[in-house]
Amino acid sequence: MLRGVHIRDDKDFSGCSIFGMMNAAGVKFTGEPMITAIANMKERSNGLGGGFAAYGIYPEYADLYCFQMMYSDEAGRLDAEGFLQANFVIEQAEVIPTSACEGVSDAPLLRRYFVQPRENPALACELEDLDDFVVQAVMHINAEIDGAFAFSSGKNMGVFKGVGFPEDIGRFFRLDEYEGYIWVAHGRFPTNTQAWWGGAHPFNILDWSVVHNGEISSYGINQRHLEMYGYKCTLFTDTEVIAYAVDLLVRRHGLSIADMARVLAAPLWEDIDRMPPRERELHSALRQTYGSLLLNGPFSIIVSNMSQMVGLTDRIRLRPLVAGRNGEWMYLSSEEAPMHLVDDAIDDTWIPSGGEPIIFQLEKTDASRERESVSSAAAPA
Amino acid sequence: MKSYIIPEFLVDRDDHRCIRCEVCVRQCGFDVHYYDEEDDEVYVDENKCVGCLRCVTLCPTNALVVRENPTQVPGNANWNREVLHNIYKQAETGGVLLTGMGCDKDYRNYWDRITLDASQVTNPSIDPLREPMELRTYLGAKPDALKIGGRKGKASLQTALSPQLRMETPMMFSAISYGAISYNTCECLARAATEMGTYYNTGEGGLHRDLYRYGDHTICQVASGRFGVHADYLEVAAALEIKIGQGAKPGIGGHLPGEKVSAEISRTRMIPEGTDALSPAPHHDIYSIEDLAQLIYALKEATHWEKPVSVKIAAVHNSAAIASGIVRAGADIVAIDGIRGGTGAAPTMIRDNVGIPIELALASVDSRLRDEGIRNRASIVIAGGIRSSADVVKAIALGADAVYIGTAALVALGCHVCQKCYTGTCNWGIATQDPYLTKRLNPEVGTRRLVNLLTGWSHEIMEILGGMGINAIESLRGNRLRLRGVGLTQEELDILGIKHAGA
Repeated sequence: MLRGVHIRDDKDFSGCSIFGMMNAAGVKFTGEPMITAIANMKERSNGLGGGFAAYGIYPEYADLYCFQMMYSDEAGRLDAEGFLQANFVIEQAEVIPTSACEGVSDAPLLRRYFVQPRENPALACELEDLDDFVVQAVMHINAEIDGAFAFSSGKNMGVFKGVGFPEDIGRFFRLDEYEGYIWVAHGRFPTNTQAWWGGAHPFNILDWSVVHNGEISSYGINQRHLEMYGYKCTLFTDTEVIAYAVDLLVRRHGLSIADMARVLAAPLWEDIDRMPPRERELHSALRQTYGSLLLNGPFSIIVSNMSQMVGLTDRIRLRPLVAGRNGEWMYLSSEEAPMHLVDDAIDDTWIPSGGEPIIFQLEKTDASRERESVSSAAAPA
Repeated sequence: MKSYIIPEFLVDRDDHRCIRCEVCVRQCGFDVHYYDEEDDEVYVDENKCVGCLRCVTLCPTNALVVRENPTQVPGNANWNREVLHNIYKQAETGGVLLTGMGCDKDYRNYWDRITLDASQVTNPSIDPLREPMELRTYLGAKPDALKIGGRKGKASLQTALSPQLRMETPMMFSAISYGAISYNTCECLARAATEMGTYYNTGEGGLHRDLYRYGDHTICQVASGRFGVHADYLEVAAALEIKIGQGAKPGIGGHLPGEKVSAEISRTRMIPEGTDALSPAPHHDIYSIEDLAQLIYALKEATHWEKPVSVKIAAVHNSAAIASGIVRAGADIVAIDGIRGGTGAAPTMIRDNVGIPIELALASVDSRLRDEGIRNRASIVIAGGIRSSADVVKAIALGADAVYIGTAALVALGCHVCQKCYTGTCNWGIATQDPYLTKRLNPEVGTRRLVNLLTGWSHEIMEILGGMGINAIESLRGNRLRLRGVGLTQEELDILGIKHAGA
């Protein structure tokens, strides 16, 4: 937690724009088109938050977890680095490169660390599952270490976010210098609470990143359910619960992306009642078991990991989402215009139904298999 | 012995309106009204009036007014009328004071100190008249995680779920035994539960054979007395409930006076006609949580592991720890009954002074089960003083899966809460076995009234959910963030796990 910003069991309320772009063949591209696209939806944000997640950007450290950290001051940095050193072998520690940019100010100290969990960590934890260990470490940093916040923790990926318009945040983080094959972006319109750097989207845990437009009226129970599984929701926003819910359902419980979507945006009972028996049994069990993770209220989200980009709206579709495809180029967006802006050849766009997940999957090229193997522990089944 | 108790009520008769039809005479089971042929007058004995208002309601010319007697023993804040009356009664009888229905003391009612949240611009409210609203609820143990197998596109469930109770609205009818209430009342509850896709509870009185056809919507109770418990009874139920305690009298067993044990009740309860039905406070085969586990599994075994088993306890200060034990003992449902829970006959001092409000017990039980990571291993059902759909919504937001409705259901059937159920002379035909009185409750009409009540409350729950921007009841369950306290202490807020209004 950043110094001076204390944990609250409350949430932030947001409007927002979302945009995602991936190349299914694994061709990498810079953040430049992302900045162009998200800037095109400027009226959806208000300068109080913007951010990006990019996959495939750290190939030289592809086997290592990358902790991207915000510190409110040196004390926070020292405390967090002490914690990291006690629990991880730090292969590389460096300042996250930034450039002064008009519209972006009061940035915290930004550092990143490429790490591997120690064999005998200080954090009381079973080391059977390295991903679980990393999740616990992130929870510990964000909840317990004053002045420090881990805002991304995956392998070969990173989140870049802060207070400002997203295009300014993109330039601040020099995203034109990174190359990735999946990118997601977010422009934020917080309406009820303060804007702070950690509260910007995407929200991340391990390789999962989530950008979100909307507000989760089920936040209270989603949070309480996740707490039973060790997740600590400390980041003032309802989007955080989505990232943790996805991690719980897909990574820890082994659900498919489609089944995860059926939990977050469950079909209505009247639709389930009309399904064939086997499907009805499955959907009923999903709702009965995971009802506390149903996301209620308006949302459109993009969930990404090393090999997938998933779009999903709430089941009665209270927020916009458009999908588009041009060969191996795939898009998800709050509006259609930005897709045409960055891809003048795109002619296949559609509006998904409420609760229907759009799953864009990286093709099984040799290159992508190699990439996926890096994140095999976190990748969905 | 001359009674020193001044009549609680006065009965005023407007002679110009009274047509001497004697409806009041026939309707009053307490013999307040009597007709004198010689005088052609209807007189009243106000000492007997309990304020049930049956005569007022049915008087065809509105000739009657029943009002509280303004002349009372002086009393003061400490030695108030009720205290004085109780002493007079005991000085006259030497007995234990009895009463009917739930605790009527002015303990803080937390439902009335909690307000609900609403959605506005960023997460707009949902119009329940035009958008889907889902109240369907499943009670029973849920797994921590599901295992799903099969090939892509043909996924199939590999985890077998425990038996579940499916209900179309998160409200059931409380356990009220046949004996405490009339057969017609039982039938009304059974039929209404069936029509509404929910459940009613037999209480400890067994199940009359004629009601077996509603078994799919019947929760059969197994109480300490084991009245009416046999293989067919267990077999026909949708779920079984082990009654350990009840909100109106925690730690106290049941007592059905012999005069209420008619031939039918004798058959149903499997006890001799005219004998007192005494159910002990403890189950004499349960003296530990391990014993409870044995009974839970015995009932599961006896019903082929096809029915969820509930354990009902009264709300007391350590309910949370007890509930944890109950869940770990294998119960699928924990039912908790608060201090305002009603019963046909309870010792007054017990009813009014033992137990705690259900709001506090519910909040602490839900929190405790979550802290221990076992909340999804059992559903929580609460009872004891649910008076409106708003109470239901608040209960679910505090952490209940569903609620039991007892007194409110009886009120829907005509009960005027005169609190004289234990006399067996209920003028509304509800809490009586007198054949003349039981006929007053028409099962058709009673069923309709109960269905109307649940339908109205369900609509209101949908409206409230819509206002909160929620369209599935599971997103409200345990969602305490949508509640705010008004005028509560910090300690109360902490126990309830909610913030104060304005925060």
